[in-house]
Amino acid sequence: MVFDAGLAVLVLGVAAWTIVARDTFAAVVGFIAYGLLLALVWVRLAAPDVALTEAAIGSGLTGVLLLGASTRVRRTKNLTAGKEPAAALRLAAIGLCVMVSAAIAVLVLLLPEPAPTLAAPVAANLAATGLGNPVTAVLMAYRAIDTLLEVVVLLLALLGVWSLAPDRLWGGVPGLHYRADPDGILTFDAQLLVPIGILVGIHIFWVGSVAPGGEFQGATILAAMWILTTLSGLVDAPAVSRRWLRLLLIAGPAVFVGIGLAGFAMAGAFLAYPMDHAKLLILTIEVPVTLSIAAMLALLVAGPPQRSSHR
Amino acid sequence: MANFLLAAAGFVMATVALALVRILRRPAAAERIMAAQLLGTGGIAALLLLAEATGVPAAVDVALVLALLAAFVSVAFVKSADRPEADAK
Amino acid sequence: MSLVRDALTILAVCAGAFFFLAGTVGLLRFPDALSRLHALTKADNLGLGLIVLGLLLQTEGAFSALRLISVWLLGLLAGATVTQLIARAVHPGGLHD
Repeated sequence: MVFDAGLAVLVLGVAAWTIVARDTFAAVVGFIAYGLLLALVWVRLAAPDVALTEAAIGSGLTGVLLLGASTRVRRTKNLTAGKEPAAALRLAAIGLCVMVSAAIAVLVLLLPEPAPTLAAPVAANLAATGLGNPVTAVLMAYRAIDTLLEVVVLLLALLGVWSLAPDRLWGGVPGLHYRADPDGILTFDAQLLVPIGILVGIHIFWVGSVAPGGEFQGATILAAMWILTTLSGLVDAPAVSRRWLRLLLIAGPAVFVGIGLAGFAMAGAFLAYPMDHAKLLILTIEVPVTLSIAAMLALLVAGPPQRSSHR
Repeated sequence: MANFLLAAAGFVMATVALALVRILRRPAAAERIMAAQLLGTGGIAALLLLAEATGVPAAVDVALVLALLAAFVSVAFVKSADRPEADAK
Repeated sequence: MSLVRDALTILAVCAGAFFFLAGTVGLLRFPDALSRLHALTKADNLGLGLIVLGLLLQTEGAFSALRLISVWLLGLLAGATVTQLIARAVHPGGLHD
């Protein structure tokens, strides 16, 4: 009880600090701390899948994404100096945030006891899907269409990021060029951590069928390891016009949609799985989707192309 | 035992919070990079204690992921605080 | 037997928490960035190791014990390598990669 209260106070404190922090770098650190604390909260609420996702994507990857964004914004600081938003606009923003938070709080508090839940049918039909983890069953069997749409949205976001490049750099290489120092500490770090990270990423993905884990968390770890390799200069980011890269990106969604359409023939509806082959089909979807998502996340962090692909 | 481990987890988080408060008061970028490392180690300790205390064994996996992501975030911080080193063509 | 195990766990976890506290105190009181980094890494990782030791006594099964140890080793590895990087960055000379 005391622990939960202390955690709640800490979460609110860090959230407040993140909002009032003066410097964007400090705010990013606050955001990452906030993500970690939320992961602890999810563990306390017995939701380890969500905790995994929060720690990996919500805190780690999004934190680095924001860091990259804040670095770019820093370079344009002199352009926006003196154009601070008016007090009225800020008050309106605060009012809107408070209203949304209050609405959510009221809705949660007004839920009937016991709260309406579909946990029983989920558990009852788990054996038919061949999976042992109810969260994965919801993501890949009961509500597979939502997961498909998520992956497509991620791809569209990546296209949006790419479109920020100036015309002459379209299809170029994202990110800056990092020189590799063969005796440097970062090279050593990368060579040591990345293989272990890849192993952990594959483990988290694979174990998702019976225990907390899954494709998004595994893909995030793989993406983080890829970015680590480019940051150390050991590998340079590929130009986004490369065919193999584009094939990798669409492989996941394509397989997903393909099996979905085949569901019409096999079991009578989009993304329906025949009873005996459900797990096999789910695995066939999951492997390319994990690889595609890893590539998408890594490219999102790398940003819009900044160098021409012609040397 | 479970209550003790929970209390230990709370204690670790409290020390991390205390250190965080002081770290984040200083404006130097270096301090903020250290904050990422501190959060990583403290978070791992708290998660491992919680896994045992509340019977959520998957929290150990979360700690594993956290170890990797903390290293990744720290490297990203160092690289971003050090912009002039990288050259853009 | 289980009483001895519980007592040892409590001892180890308390020692681990103490080292976390020591690390924080070092972080708050040491004069310059490098020594603060030193306090952060050494004390916190030692604290983590002691906590893992205490938890090892409580787990059933070789697999979960192995998992705990691998988390600790990974934390140690990642911490050590990244700290070297941070040290180069906070060194007055700056990064020379």
